[in-house]
Amino acid sequence: MTSLAKNLTKAGRELIAFRIGDQEFCVNVMSVREIRGWTKATPMPHAPRYVLGVINLRGVVLPIIDLSARLGMKPAEPTVRHVIIVTQVMDKVVGLLVEAVSDILTINEEDIQPTPDMSSEFERTFARGVLAIDKRMICLIELEAVFPHSESEAA
Amino acid sequence: MDMNEIKEIFFQECEEQLAELESGLLRLNDGDRDPETVNAVFRAVHSIKGGAGAFGLDDLVSFAHVFETTLDCVRSNKLEPTQEVLKVMLKSADVLADLTNVARDGGSVDQARSAQLIRELEALAKGEAPPAAATPAPVAAAPKAAPVAKAAPAPVAAAPLVNDEGFMPVAFSFDDFGGEEESVSDLPAYDIVFKPKSELYTKGNEATLLLRDLSRLGEMSIHCNMDNLPGLDQMDPETAYFSWKISIKTDKGEDAIRSVFEFAEWDCDLEVTALDAGEAGEGSDDDLPMQPVPFDLSVLDGEPDAPIGVVEEEEQLAAAAAAQEAAVAAAETASNVLQMAGNAARASAADKGAAATAAAQNNAQQAASAAAPTIRVDLDRVDRLINLVGELVINQAMLSQSVIENDSNGVSSINMGLEELQQLTREIQDSVMAIRAQPVKPVFQRMARTVREIADITGKSVRLVTEGENTEVDKTVIDKLAEPLTHMIRNAVDHGLEMPEKRLAAGKPAEGTVKLTAKHRSGRIVIELSDDGAGINRERVRQKAIDNDLIAADANLSDEEIDNLIFHAGFSTAEKVSDLSGRGVGMDVVKRSIQALGGRINISSKPGHGSVFTMSLPLTLAVLDGMVVTVAGQTLVVPLTAIVETLQPDAASIHSFGATQRLISIRNSFCPLVDVGRILNFRATQANPVEGVALLVESEGGGQRALMVDAIQGQRQVVIKSLEANYTHVPGIAAATILGDGRVALILDVDAVVAASRGQSLQQESSLAAAG
Repeated sequence: MTSLAKNLTKAGRELIAFRIGDQEFCVNVMSVREIRGWTKATPMPHAPRYVLGVINLRGVVLPIIDLSARLGMKPAEPTVRHVIIVTQVMDKVVGLLVEAVSDILTINEEDIQPTPDMSSEFERTFARGVLAIDKRMICLIELEAVFPHSESEAA
Repeated sequence: MDMNEIKEIFFQECEEQLAELESGLLRLNDGDRDPETVNAVFRAVHSIKGGAGAFGLDDLVSFAHVFETTLDCVRSNKLEPTQEVLKVMLKSADVLADLTNVARDGGSVDQARSAQLIRELEALAKGEAPPAAATPAPVAAAPKAAPVAKAAPAPVAAAPLVNDEGFMPVAFSFDDFGGEEESVSDLPAYDIVFKPKSELYTKGNEATLLLRDLSRLGEMSIHCNMDNLPGLDQMDPETAYFSWKISIKTDKGEDAIRSVFEFAEWDCDLEVTALDAGEAGEGSDDDLPMQPVPFDLSVLDGEPDAPIGVVEEEEQLAAAAAAQEAAVAAAETASNVLQMAGNAARASAADKGAAATAAAQNNAQQAASAAAPTIRVDLDRVDRLINLVGELVINQAMLSQSVIENDSNGVSSINMGLEELQQLTREIQDSVMAIRAQPVKPVFQRMARTVREIADITGKSVRLVTEGENTEVDKTVIDKLAEPLTHMIRNAVDHGLEMPEKRLAAGKPAEGTVKLTAKHRSGRIVIELSDDGAGINRERVRQKAIDNDLIAADANLSDEEIDNLIFHAGFSTAEKVSDLSGRGVGMDVVKRSIQALGGRINISSKPGHGSVFTMSLPLTLAVLDGMVVTVAGQTLVVPLTAIVETLQPDAASIHSFGATQRLISIRNSFCPLVDVGRILNFRATQANPVEGVALLVESEGGGQRALMVDAIQGQRQVVIKSLEANYTHVPGIAAATILGDGRVALILDVDAVVAASRGQSLQQESSLAAAG
């Protein structure tokens, strides 16, 4: 309740933090539409490895991305304990499969530290910055980069 | 409702009138000589002019006026609607459409073109052949400088010419209408009999105002004929009883007189007789049995409220047209009411009979022009309804499924209710879809214009033949069809057809034919655009592709592959870069917009005989009947319309063909087997055909393929859900849907799968699409 409580009064940014393996990540809460449990997805032909398939979200066909695989880590083995974070960027809605949601953070812009220069694909493409919260390191994800983009990439 | 809304409605109506106008003209062009067609055309222009006048759209009014005048000549059989005449008229319809668009959206019109057409129309109205300059001048040569905007009302100021009837039209200008009085002594005189029908008043026209307008043309005397006026106890306040006989001396001509009444002429009997100068003034009154009542215009101009008030209070008459009631008051003062009452009583019976016939005629006319009553609905509302019905269908399917699962002993009443529900949902869905379905006619009509314009610019002679214009397809598809079609038509005329001399030399008629057809085929709409031009010059296309590094110099391509090169970005073989094409955008854009609609486009070309572009598009972007099948543990939906038959192959009918191919023999013919699971990469090796089911499908190319699936689950109507909305296009998959168990199932793109089985990999196609 240190930095978090202090910042609540200020008009800061709210982030949702979640866990994949032993790492923590977060995305802007404004782009999260809902969080729901895992349901089996319908696999898509010729889809990249990280696209698990599509599910029905109240009549909308929602692609599910295995965020672990997307970030270049071990592909997830979804269980009922996994959750799907339904996120929206521009007019596209995509579900991100993660292990668990861990926290809701309110931070200031200056709390975000630049990503250490490590010239990895992950750092260049997906990481927007890192946060130090209660001795934990939480990586802020660039949602737009996570979404499947061009046709060629999806195929 | 504010003015802008009314104006918006006017423009919407204009669009309909313009469509009506164009289709009418095209019918005339095809040799239709039905007077009703001419009338319909005339009415369309007339309505546009009327509305435009109300909104003060002067350019539109003046052009429409000239157009209307010429059409009137056709209507009165003074002008034979020959091909030449109709050519001018079709172009005028185009300009009228342009002017309407400019009036709505701003921008500018090609003034030179409209001025040119005004001249041509006038010439036609006077019974001349169109002026020599009428032959389509190349755009560059058009006198751009001609400042015609202000000269728009000038049409009528042309040199007088004696027409067939020996009638000498006299030049006048609209500006003169309110103009100064002139000496009237030996001006031409006219007798006018103006007998309004009741409709005149119900449409808000007023005899007073018409007469006042008329009085501005020159010196006139008016006699009101009140013979038909019944007694007050029998008077129907909404009926017209009066007629007027007017003698006028004016130099403005008969046209000017008629133009005063032009917005009322459908609703009154109007006779305009030109008198010889000597005859004027004398004898004209004698044939009227009635007493001439001196009619003071100031009565009309003054405050009609007073007399109306009296009439209303005493007789409880509903307010009729001010003029008529003012005249009633005048008649009372003339104190011959009693005398007239007797006559009127007798006359009114006959009058009613006449009115009834007139009304019947009117009704018949309206029935002819508007076949069915329609309403305008916001497209958004229809879309919302369609989405909701889609959800309803899914929900109903889920409900049925859970009832079946949970209710093993099958309570019949629930099942029956469910079946009825299913039927109802289905009917609702069909009706909702029907709301969106529209004939492709409007798009085809727009193409007619494109053809005319390009033919003009290129100096080619082109005939557009359309077939199947009433083929219905979803509104969204229609809306998005216009742009690619325009591109293709331009290409067909500009690149496809040869110049007339060249055609003659090749033994073809000088006039090229571009044919546009639409038809339904296997649940899709197939639109074909063919020309009888030179066909694709494969040598040149190939060379160009090599020059542009699209293909390697030694690439070995089939004719079909070469033809399809024209769909590549940055490809244009036109030798001269014109306004129309040759900018290197065109066919690749066409292909992309067709693909975006879930359609495909193909070209086949025969050197010397022309090319055929075939587009196949989905009929609706909302629902389809599908066969639900299992492939490698996945549930897929195959569009039912693509399936010709289903078979259970036995080992004897399967034949290996080469290393990997297999054929199935069906009634002594061989058909390639396609393993859907393999094509979609759902499994690594081909399944054993004997364990599965074969779906015999017909693809767009016409060839048959047997698609191998593991099992058939059943048939179902499914709601199409876009994959592209949140994801991207998936090769081999047309769309997704949601089944009764709430899970997403993919809808197979049969044509893409068949194409893939022809050796083209799905991956390749998609990367091409992404690159193109």
